[in-house]
Amino acid sequence: MSIETELVPTEFEESEILISPSQGLFSLELGDLWHYRELFYFLAWRDIKVRYKQTVLGAAWAVLQPLLSMALLSLIFGYFLGLPSGGVPYPAFTFTALIPWQLFAYALSQSSESLVADRNLITKVYFPRLVVPLSSVAAGLMDFAISFVILIGMLLLFRIPLSWRILTLPAFVLLALLCAMGVGLWFSALNVQYRDVRYALPFLTQFWFFATPIAYSIEIVPENWRWVYSLNPMTGVVEGFRWALLGTDYTIGPLVLVSSVIVLLVLLSGLAYFNHMEDKFADVI
Amino acid sequence: MSDTVIRVENLSKRYRIGSSQGHFKYGSLRDSLANAVKAPFRRLRSSSDSLKEAPKHIWALKDVSFEVKRGEVLGIIGRNGAGKTTLLKILSRITKPTEGHVRLRGRVGSLLEVGTGFHPELTGRENIYLNGAVLGMKRIEIDRKFDEIVDFAEIEQFLDTPIKHYSSGMYMRLAFAVAAHMEPDILLIDEVLAVGDLAFQKKCLGKMEKVTQEGRAIIFISHNMNSISHLCNRVIWIDLGRIISDGNADDVISNYLKTQQSFFKNSKLKAEEWNIRNKSHKFFKEITINGISLPAEIVLKQKSELIIQIIGESDGMLLRNFRSGVHISSEEGGRIMTYGTPWSAIGDINIKGKVSLTCKIEGLPLIPGRYLISLGCSTDHGSLDWLENICFLTITPDKQNSSRLPQIYKTHGYFLTESFWDIEEL
Repeated sequence: MSIETELVPTEFEESEILISPSQGLFSLELGDLWHYRELFYFLAWRDIKVRYKQTVLGAAWAVLQPLLSMALLSLIFGYFLGLPSGGVPYPAFTFTALIPWQLFAYALSQSSESLVADRNLITKVYFPRLVVPLSSVAAGLMDFAISFVILIGMLLLFRIPLSWRILTLPAFVLLALLCAMGVGLWFSALNVQYRDVRYALPFLTQFWFFATPIAYSIEIVPENWRWVYSLNPMTGVVEGFRWALLGTDYTIGPLVLVSSVIVLLVLLSGLAYFNHMEDKFADVI
Repeated sequence: MSDTVIRVENLSKRYRIGSSQGHFKYGSLRDSLANAVKAPFRRLRSSSDSLKEAPKHIWALKDVSFEVKRGEVLGIIGRNGAGKTTLLKILSRITKPTEGHVRLRGRVGSLLEVGTGFHPELTGRENIYLNGAVLGMKRIEIDRKFDEIVDFAEIEQFLDTPIKHYSSGMYMRLAFAVAAHMEPDILLIDEVLAVGDLAFQKKCLGKMEKVTQEGRAIIFISHNMNSISHLCNRVIWIDLGRIISDGNADDVISNYLKTQQSFFKNSKLKAEEWNIRNKSHKFFKEITINGISLPAEIVLKQKSELIIQIIGESDGMLLRNFRSGVHISSEEGGRIMTYGTPWSAIGDINIKGKVSLTCKIEGLPLIPGRYLISLGCSTDHGSLDWLENICFLTITPDKQNSSRLPQIYKTHGYFLTESFWDIEEL
């Protein structure tokens, strides 16, 4: 029971839609999602367009935020505390980690609020609800692209040589996005019913920030604590970025593998929960 | 294949109500966590067993079945909260039914609101694309119709202005324009035409009529019996989530309006009002309209006869230069017209004792709708007696006998009269 994909204005189309009570856990209709890909595109485009409207600095915010964070973190952790950074200048060391983190944090907060923010769409029009959190995850890529250019500039400034490893970067970007999406699916669906999410999220993001080796190196974490760190998928992402751009010399293979498995689990469970709740959104939101 | 494009079978929708709804809506996480252990078992049971009737539930829809064929325009009427919008929400797949199912054949366009998804910071041009996508239109489709939409909305010079600077009229026009250019096989419309300025509303109705001529099916919800009567060939009347009647538009509308009348009759206010006046009035003793004595509600077909008979008594005084009038007001309260005793008769009517007055109006020229009748009388010394809003008068449409009459919507005014037109090619 899928919808047609082509529009023939006056011809009658012989496709049938069946509307029936909610089915089991997994009734994910990918065809339906594909059919609404243009809506996905337009919603992401809207989020990007609207993002810096009526601001003086505009898209400069995308650069200012991580740069200021970088300055502060370098000052405290690099200069005051004198923490190790594997021979890399501290600003480059933290900035490399801050960029994927900002992507993740933005995507997570946007997608968690997305359903509630677009409640007027949810209650008035049909489309696969998954489009909403997915498009808000995508909108974060714009900021990422801008700050990535700054990052490359900084690496050149510090004369850090780029290697073939940079080609693996898209995989880590994807991992960050999927992680944000997985958690975002859980939170956006929970947020429809429990507005507690709105209050829990800033705290969680802050907590997560310090639980991820962004401001410091994973090397200062005691060996017997490392496995706990590896359970945090963002550790894999951040260390992956450093590996790809800064040429850190320790192996990150196992770490990335564990991160990927965990992201996959979160994503699948998030999809299942989202799907399970989807039918109730319009009634509850 | 058959011509049926919508088949609704035993459709039911249950909602939680009362305090449990508050919990359901913004339930605290703590409560849910406390129940988390039991929940999976309970859920398993409730989904496998037939649904158990919990006390705080309400059936917004119950066992609704009907079919709609290609080219049919179905109106859905009923009081507020009757289940109309719930039905439309299920048909447009916004919410799932609790029981039963629906089969839809073709592309579905639903219009529960105009301007859904509009973003105030975006320009008119951008919002056309965004809103179009929200309504399920393809990008190429919007590209193709873009000029037409802009034309229809009459906003050309503001196309690149953020819509937060639009007047509300411009905003509505733009919203309607996008919606009016959807080309679905099945169109579901909630009371959206009630807003917007009059000329534009007419334009939209015209556009909709064109759509039906192209063989699409439309389901249309409205409280405006005029637009329902003009647009729909069939009407379903829903009350308390069930279908009360389903059939020819004018018949169902007339029946519906009649019960609406008794609804008002049953409301205490009206009856008491009459009684109070009945005791205290100086002249009016008994009123009969078209043979029905008040208090009652009057239902008439358009352009039919209205006969008002008044029994009055003067308490033995001589009433010099007696005058009387039948006043008709719109439901909203504005006075529309007054039928008074003729000018020529003033000064001639002197009344003593009990009298009967009869006012006969032939072909009452009001368009279908609800009105209120008031009665008054006066003498040399000013007003003698006054009965305000003594009863509701409902005019129902009559398509059979209206070939000479113009198509009129409430936005055109109140009167329905014949006119003769000569149209010549020059």
